[in-house]
Amino acid sequence: MDLNYTESEQAFQAEIREFMATKLPKRLADKTRDHKRLTKADMEEWHSILNEAGYLTGHWPEQFGGKGWNAIERTIFDEEMTAANGPRLVPFGLNMLAPVLMAFGSPEQQNHYLPRIANGDDWWCQGYSEPGAGSDLASLKMSAELDGDHYVLNGQKTWTTLGQHANMIFCLVRTSKEGKQQEGISFILVDMDTPGVEVRPIILLEGTHEVNEVWFTDVRVPAENLVGEENKGWTYAKYLLVHERSGIAGVGAALSGLEHLKHIAADQMKDGKPLLDDPFFAARLAEIEVDLSAMRTSNLRVTQAADDGAPPGPETSMLKIKGTEIRQSINDLTRRALGPYAMPFVSEALDAGYNEEPIGPDYANPIAADYFNHRKTSIYGGSNEVQRNIISKMMMGL
Amino acid sequence: MDFNHTDDRRMLADMAGRFVREQYPIEARHEAAKTDDGFSRETWAQMAELGLIGALFSEDAGGFGGAGFDIAVVFEELGKGLVTEPFLANLLAGTALTHGNDSQKSILESVVGGETLLAFAHGEPTSRYDLEHVDTRAETSGDGYVLNGNKAVVISGDRADHLVVSAQTETGISLFLVPANTDGIHVRSYPTVDGYRAAEIALKDVAVSKDALIGEEGQGLPIIREVIAKGTLAVSAEALGAIEMAIDMTLDYLKTRKQFGVPIGKFQALQHRMADMMTEREQIRSAVINAAGNLETSERDWNISALKNLIGRSGRMIAEESIQMHGGIAMTWEYAVGHYAKRIIMIDHLFGDVDHHMEQIIKMGRAA
Repeated sequence: MDLNYTESEQAFQAEIREFMATKLPKRLADKTRDHKRLTKADMEEWHSILNEAGYLTGHWPEQFGGKGWNAIERTIFDEEMTAANGPRLVPFGLNMLAPVLMAFGSPEQQNHYLPRIANGDDWWCQGYSEPGAGSDLASLKMSAELDGDHYVLNGQKTWTTLGQHANMIFCLVRTSKEGKQQEGISFILVDMDTPGVEVRPIILLEGTHEVNEVWFTDVRVPAENLVGEENKGWTYAKYLLVHERSGIAGVGAALSGLEHLKHIAADQMKDGKPLLDDPFFAARLAEIEVDLSAMRTSNLRVTQAADDGAPPGPETSMLKIKGTEIRQSINDLTRRALGPYAMPFVSEALDAGYNEEPIGPDYANPIAADYFNHRKTSIYGGSNEVQRNIISKMMMGL
Repeated sequence: MDFNHTDDRRMLADMAGRFVREQYPIEARHEAAKTDDGFSRETWAQMAELGLIGALFSEDAGGFGGAGFDIAVVFEELGKGLVTEPFLANLLAGTALTHGNDSQKSILESVVGGETLLAFAHGEPTSRYDLEHVDTRAETSGDGYVLNGNKAVVISGDRADHLVVSAQTETGISLFLVPANTDGIHVRSYPTVDGYRAAEIALKDVAVSKDALIGEEGQGLPIIREVIAKGTLAVSAEALGAIEMAIDMTLDYLKTRKQFGVPIGKFQALQHRMADMMTEREQIRSAVINAAGNLETSERDWNISALKNLIGRSGRMIAEESIQMHGGIAMTWEYAVGHYAKRIIMIDHLFGDVDHHMEQIIKMGRAA
């Protein structure tokens, strides 16, 4: 047991820190720090800068063009990038589809899609949830029927994050109604330019366009776009959930959120003193820091165990629950730190080029909207209640 | 960075775990706890022979361990058996002795061998958890000192051969090593609610020589802080062991207890609470690692307070839920889970509770 970075880990940390200091454009870091809206071009620019240095896919195995980072290196990278206010990476191709293709895709699929993910040629989105299949994902209905050498897709996906930017979507579809509902699901890749695919925006409660509905009407998809075997899609989707353990806890986001909260609480005054010195506020902050400190170590323990080949356990679900609870409590306390100035919200002020005087403190505008937006985290990716079901099932086997 | 224990430490944990599991049944524990000693001297000797006391001290202090992770793995296993043998008292007072003169240090050898018992007499009737609150006085007298004062809830203070006593001297707080049979020491022994022994100790004109001083006169506080940091790590790791047992027993019960024709673990109302208990257990395990790994760093006090705050908060949740989810059976003396719950809750009262450590964290945050 050794909580210190080894010499080579320290060297790696210095390398990443140097990279962030010199290669992360100040414009992007400022936007990220100030919770401004990132455009598609912003995100593509950052991916491209990272890809040039090989860092974008650093966590991929070397045989697929990555650097084969282990869990500790990946954590160092995430923490350094977050600390430098690097924009969050878009995970759908990079961290969600790529591992599935590496494990179950054909060599042709691997050779075609993986480089395109790294180079930013494709922007992927995720077609899992449906209007009638949320937490009960296996009840999904969107159908794919084989017709010659094509599958014909009909149905509707929803909650498709950043689908408005995407040209490709990976979908879970129903290829059989026989047997258990999990056994009739397949995993298929769809070009969104195919006739019959339609993307409609869903506006979230705080007014942003982040997610979409995607409608499929007689969409013809080449049969070679099926990943792995027909009716095995559920296994692939689950593989992703249990193997993509790094990042689920959101430690980097929590750390930077906490820094921002402290910065605000040092600036806000109560009874002539910084809010940070108010005993009630300080106690709430301390509790979050205690929980986050433990979770950071939990996250490292779990990712290292995964590296060492430990079979997936309920820990991923525990990290998801704890990670989202901690981040939501940071959002909540940040909102309260603002007092009445949590209320004004000028949506346009989040876009580049807005030059009017801020209302209240310059950091206030996005905070309450962020608080509302982040209520999603305990709902998506398997709601926290579903995570508790998974833990119980694994531990009790009832 | 590496979260795997060294082979030596894994062997230490395995050995302690096996001894507790195979040779420390809870019935025997209750029997021993009822005796005047409050523990079994025979068992203590066996544990000494296995090296479990030596694991708590470094080589130059007569042991073969002493690092944060040595303390943590031993106490975690002790917690699984609700071991009443006086490990904690000897860790505390023994750690103080490592700062003593050669003659004082030489006692550690017989402590590690299980022949000599120590206790740490620091807390006082009105000090609560304030380490700097010492009313006991040590007045200079001739070639030595005379001690007067009262020490409260001295863990295992009733069977100690030597006491480490804190007292105010002209230059500040000092520590003294005093044989327990010295004239003027009055020990009132009593049981604690969770099955251990402690004592109220009155010091009335207790005369000691200058050689009784541990370290420099007036320089006791840093030693006390180190002692309490190790003690807090130890009882927190012990709480983790007890928490693991309470959760395992509750999980077993959910699988086997039937009501309404099904195992009660089928009920989601219970499943989700069990999931939360297990999630918090992993948080506590991580906090123990953070505190053990920072025992010798400048981050020691923050990590110790973070750990103890979490034990107070999440430990309580797990203890109370373990009882609640068992139902009536957990309310009986005969069924073990209640005894684990008692230990977990009472550890909140050792070295500062959840609020005390919250306050420490806030103070440290302000200083930073």
